Amino acid sequence: MARAVSTRRKVVFTILAWSVALLLFFPILYTVITSVKTEGEAISGFSLIPSFTFENYVEVQTQRDYWRPFTNSVVLSLLSTFVALVIAVPAAWAMAFSPTPRTKDILMWMLSTKMMPAVAVLVPIYLLFRDWGLLDTRTGLTFMLTMINLPIVVWMLYTYFREIPGEILEAARMDGATLWGEIAYVLTPMAIPGIASTMLLNIILAWNESFWTIRLTTTNSAPLTAFIASFSSPQGLFWAKLSAASTLAIAPILIMGWFSQKQLVRGLTFGAVK
Amino acid sequence: MNLKAILLGACSAAVLAGMAHAETLTIATVNNGDMVRMQKLTDDFTKANPDIQLQWVTLEENVLRERVTTDVATKGGQYDIMTIGTYEVPIWAKQGWLLPLDNLGADYDVDDLLPAIRSGLTMDGKLYAAPFYGESSMVMYRKDLMEKAGLKMPDAPTWDFIADAARKMTDRSAGINGICLRGKAGWGENIAFLTATSNAFGARWFDENWKPQFDQPEWKKTLDFYVQLMKDAGPPGASSNGFNENLALFQQGKCGMWIDATVAASFVTDPKSSTVADKVGFALAPDTGLGKRGNWLWAWNLAIPAGTQKAAAAEKFVSWATSKHYLDLVAEKEGWANVPPGTRTSLYKNENYLKAAPFAKMTLDSINAADPKNPSVKPVPYVGVQFVAIPEFQGLGTTVGQLFSAALAGQMSVDDALAQAQGVASREMQRGGYMK
Repeated sequence: MARAVSTRRKVVFTILAWSVALLLFFPILYTVITSVKTEGEAISGFSLIPSFTFENYVEVQTQRDYWRPFTNSVVLSLLSTFVALVIAVPAAWAMAFSPTPRTKDILMWMLSTKMMPAVAVLVPIYLLFRDWGLLDTRTGLTFMLTMINLPIVVWMLYTYFREIPGEILEAARMDGATLWGEIAYVLTPMAIPGIASTMLLNIILAWNESFWTIRLTTTNSAPLTAFIASFSSPQGLFWAKLSAASTLAIAPILIMGWFSQKQLVRGLTFGAVK
Repeated sequence: MNLKAILLGACSAAVLAGMAHAETLTIATVNNGDMVRMQKLTDDFTKANPDIQLQWVTLEENVLRERVTTDVATKGGQYDIMTIGTYEVPIWAKQGWLLPLDNLGADYDVDDLLPAIRSGLTMDGKLYAAPFYGESSMVMYRKDLMEKAGLKMPDAPTWDFIADAARKMTDRSAGINGICLRGKAGWGENIAFLTATSNAFGARWFDENWKPQFDQPEWKKTLDFYVQLMKDAGPPGASSNGFNENLALFQQGKCGMWIDATVAASFVTDPKSSTVADKVGFALAPDTGLGKRGNWLWAWNLAIPAGTQKAAAAEKFVSWATSKHYLDLVAEKEGWANVPPGTRTSLYKNENYLKAAPFAKMTLDSINAADPKNPSVKPVPYVGVQFVAIPEFQGLGTTVGQLFSAALAGQMSVDDALAQAQGVASREMQRGGYMK
């Protein structure tokens, strides 16, 4: 009897999990379906059966250069993630293992910078970028993306580091480990899943960031977000082409996410089960 | 080995020297057919000007507006040439954000530009932007459905005729709606259409003292007429239909009539994408006998921002892209039907063009019938047919557009929508210092 209940439960949960997963994935799926429709089909209401035309992909490829924005996306997301980690790992480490009475306030203050809508600081930032010669440069955009994601990175790492028992570090110290030895041989191996998932999430966030990447670039450093935006048209049908461009733009990050999902899930649930 | 190295070094130096001389122009533009075509044909320009290179930034219309406005207002210098609409040109020129186009070249023939279009781009006798393509609005209708309804479309119809025909053509069981009109909220969407239409009904946005006029009977008549007509003969969900949605409906044969931009004519008569390509007729935008037609005037133009360091090269390109030579080039490579319309008088005298574009005469008549300085029956303090050329209009127009769209969707009454529009517009005019 107990077995029957648990099987039924399993089925219910499986169906529920699949439904939620499908619900979350559906917009992406529909984008892919729309990308192989004709423009007429794309705008004429909901339909899951496309006519499997690949002319949108051909047109998207011939109309604009895909590889330059692609390279920019790769460079910007990797570089900004790297810089953010270089700053955030020591910061989170200090906050987790030697907290002061003000640590919580500092963390809260860092997060509060995310509460302001980006457009509120568009003009000041644009002026600073203009004066510093950073408009349409990878340097400027890397700086911007690093700053945007830094609070989240620090917060995530802080939560992961907090899960590492301080006693282990003390034990290492008792055994005569130096500070670097402590970091290299004790802390890092334990924190790697957390750092890895933070890194992956940050790459995804940086890859998808569209507000600043469209507004602070023109051509040289414009990433794939700008590539997608260029296919929207005021007069003329564009949904299918836009979907094809979007599919091309999200494919690399989707593939990366697919291959690293084990690390992502492990990192995100790290410390959840004791 | 040494010789090789020297030769290689010399070659690289030569290349670098060449690159140092080459100027790169950055051009901001929207993604429409004519602009995409131009990007394909620029070899003609770079061959004649090997020291100038071009790079394009294509953006969605609203993002483009925001980007170029930020850049031009802060003198960011990111763009050397901008694609801007007729709405922006007078406002930006007044702010000193645009350079006047004084050196378009001897063979440019400024006087050949259509007077209606040119006047909207001129301030104090100086041209601040060169039109790349121009448009007005007109009636596009299905000849077969009109015949079936036992009617004949006059060249210059009245709104009463249009409403009557729309109701007669409607056959909802067959999925045919008598008329498709814009309903999607936005200053460039439903407000463009309704402002132009209201002119024909004798309404205006503001009186001579900038007092909003939504509390006047002319606006009530306009909006009542529009909402009732769409209820009787419009497609379902019309309040979310803009240009593209109506284009799709018309191409699929679901609209008896569609009143919109003249540029749509080339889409609906294209047999590749339109199922009704051979059944479309054209007529002037309707009037109500008051002497004004509800047809608008718009052009996408190329302008040079004051922050650019490459003004001379930029002007060379603007001159090339809006010249008679460019029209000939498009005709030669892509056929006369694909030539960007609505900018030059000479194009409408060209036999080849008139033969290839059956809608040419109607486009020209529609453009000529629009008068941006006197858009409505009564006098107005502003310039613009389907917009009011003041900086506040983008925000105000969109807010009013949302109210009118809600009235169309049945979420509020016409009276409420107009009363709220009056309130919003009055506040905005007081805040802007227009109205004491």
